[in-house]
Amino acid sequence: MTDPLLDVRDLRVTIPTEDGDVHAVSGVSFAVEPGKVLGVVGESGSGKSVTMLSLMGLMRRAGARVTGEVRFGGTDLVTADDRTLRRLRGDDVAMIFQDPLSSLHPFYRVGSQITEGIRAHRDVSRKQAKERAIELLGLVGIPRPHQRVDDYPHEFSGGMRQRVMIAMALANDPKLLIADEPTTALDVTVQAQILALLQRLQAELGMAVVMITHDLGVVAEIADDIAVMYAGRIVERAPVKTLFRQPRHPYTWGLLRSIPRLDLPRDVDLVPIEGRPPSLIHPTGRCAFQPRCAYAARCCGTEDPALTPVGSDPEHLVRCDMDEEQGTRIWSALAAGESPEQAALAAGVPTTGTAA
Amino acid sequence: MTRLLAPVVRLLARLLAPVAALWDRFARTLPGRVVVRVFGPTVRRLVSPTARYIYRRLVWMVFLLLVVSMLAFLIFYALPSGDPAAQRAGKGADQAQIDRVKHTLFLDRPIYEQYFHYIKQIVLHFDFGFSYDTNADVAHAITSRLPATISLAAGAAVIWLIVGVLIGILSALRPRSFFDRLVMGGALLGISAPVYWLALVALALFSQSYGVIHLIPDTGAYRPLTEDPGAWFTSLIVPWCILALSFAAIYARLMRANLLEVLDQDYLRTAEAKGLSRRRVVVRHGVRSAITPIVTAFGLDLGILLGGAVLTESVFNIPGIGRLSYDAIVASNLPVIQGTVLFAAFFIIAANILVDIVYALIDPRVRLA
Repeated sequence: MTDPLLDVRDLRVTIPTEDGDVHAVSGVSFAVEPGKVLGVVGESGSGKSVTMLSLMGLMRRAGARVTGEVRFGGTDLVTADDRTLRRLRGDDVAMIFQDPLSSLHPFYRVGSQITEGIRAHRDVSRKQAKERAIELLGLVGIPRPHQRVDDYPHEFSGGMRQRVMIAMALANDPKLLIADEPTTALDVTVQAQILALLQRLQAELGMAVVMITHDLGVVAEIADDIAVMYAGRIVERAPVKTLFRQPRHPYTWGLLRSIPRLDLPRDVDLVPIEGRPPSLIHPTGRCAFQPRCAYAARCCGTEDPALTPVGSDPEHLVRCDMDEEQGTRIWSALAAGESPEQAALAAGVPTTGTAA
Repeated sequence: MTRLLAPVVRLLARLLAPVAALWDRFARTLPGRVVVRVFGPTVRRLVSPTARYIYRRLVWMVFLLLVVSMLAFLIFYALPSGDPAAQRAGKGADQAQIDRVKHTLFLDRPIYEQYFHYIKQIVLHFDFGFSYDTNADVAHAITSRLPATISLAAGAAVIWLIVGVLIGILSALRPRSFFDRLVMGGALLGISAPVYWLALVALALFSQSYGVIHLIPDTGAYRPLTEDPGAWFTSLIVPWCILALSFAAIYARLMRANLLEVLDQDYLRTAEAKGLSRRRVVVRHGVRSAITPIVTAFGLDLGILLGGAVLTESVFNIPGIGRLSYDAIVASNLPVIQGTVLFAAFFIIAANILVDIVYALIDPRVRLA
């Protein structure tokens, strides 16, 4: 196993608000090896974006308290000063965001927005930077980059804008690219193009990628590992194949069952996860998913379960007290299209009866 | 008075929009289509869209000025504040003399003839008539007083723009800090305090002969810049500050609100994620966006002030257009009132057009068409 490029340990982010402290991230640990792709999946407010923004020091001005350890190439990003972080941002670590229209400055030509990022880190002339910008626009598949480099963001379509954002992020050959829901704001057909582009670039340039999304389908093909986040912590982490084959956390089951499947009859409804995410202001100290879990019963302890290895894959970690064998049985019933009650009944688990 | 005029002119422009729509409708009729068909391609080939836009706005401006002049004419005709002819003829004039004056001033003709004559003189000879009380040429009276008004407005504008924008930026960078609360509270005072009151307080405190501290020259010390730059500057410094105060307060609040909003935008986060310095993020990405609406407000405010800062000019006795129109209104001096109204309307409309053009230059998303 190679040394990880990014090593996050027990990251905690607390954001003070008028209603109290929001524990947006409470104890997240993961590592990304060079050239690997990590998918971070979870619903809105699960702390995915906050985790990544705080890695780059972008939560500091919001007054957030960040603790833990984030190792990137020998530096601890949590304790690093603003100067050090600024040197990393846009150079070794780059980011792309959800909405490419609002993420590009409306008043500047895309070329100058790209060259600005190059010249912030490299001592090159305006002309060289512009040539690099044209090269980058070509790399991300924008036709006629020589002309388009002088266009404004509003003169591009949504997909093309996201390509511009990607070009901007790649400007300084980053070792790590953080993509925060890069396809969420795009049309479905364009989504596929952007994903294919990211996949191609990742393979060509050999950079590591952290892909944040709420859609497991998005990362299924591109990711090596997947971390599922819920209420500010990772509830399940596994290599992508293991996660899709043997998911263990009831929340992951919920996510998987809300993806449309071609192998089930068309009249089978998509199954939403009942209930709402818990308040992050007053953590209960117990499993955060318990109130929404269809299988929460005697198997659940009163304490928040730790992230522990499970099953045959040593890299498969789950934060759930459920018995392994029961879990396997429930998932195989669910995967066959049965309802949570039926599945629980088959596995001999008493259900709470909250989920229909 | 010009302060009141600005919204009136804007309202007029709004109300008269149907006329502009009429032209569009004409362009859709058969003769209209022929005109467009024949001349359209030539126009399109020869003139850029921006030039065509400016041309259209200029035509619109002439039309608006005609309407303003008509309204001003009607108002003074309908609301006589004494017989102009009697006033012109002077005290103790007999009826025959008054009638003669009436005849020479065209006051014995129907109103439309009077109006037509007035407009004809303006268009053909740039002749706005003669002042009833000093006999001076109105056009000359106004243009000769223009430098004083421009001096006052431009100087104040420089102050309020710099002070207002800077305070707004500093406040937005530390919202809810002590500094922010202090200057925003001060801004509220600045907006609330009437200019004439502030001006009188300033004079009572600092003027040469009756102030508590003898710091600034008395009222009426204005000298043209070309004549005596030193006196020009010292006489204007307090009027500048007084006039600039309320504007600076408004601009500071506007700038603060705009910048706070922009700092929250996704593209600021992008700029930061690129690893730019904080200063570059705030100035090149934040302020650049936040200042755009300020430019619009600035153009309009300056246009209004060029029509005469009546209160400031009156209190400090600066011989500008504002002072001129104030005196004219007090004396029911119709030709001068008409002239100053038209000038003020001209500046406001011109500023509106200029602001639209400048806006298209600074925001690439805006197209003039």
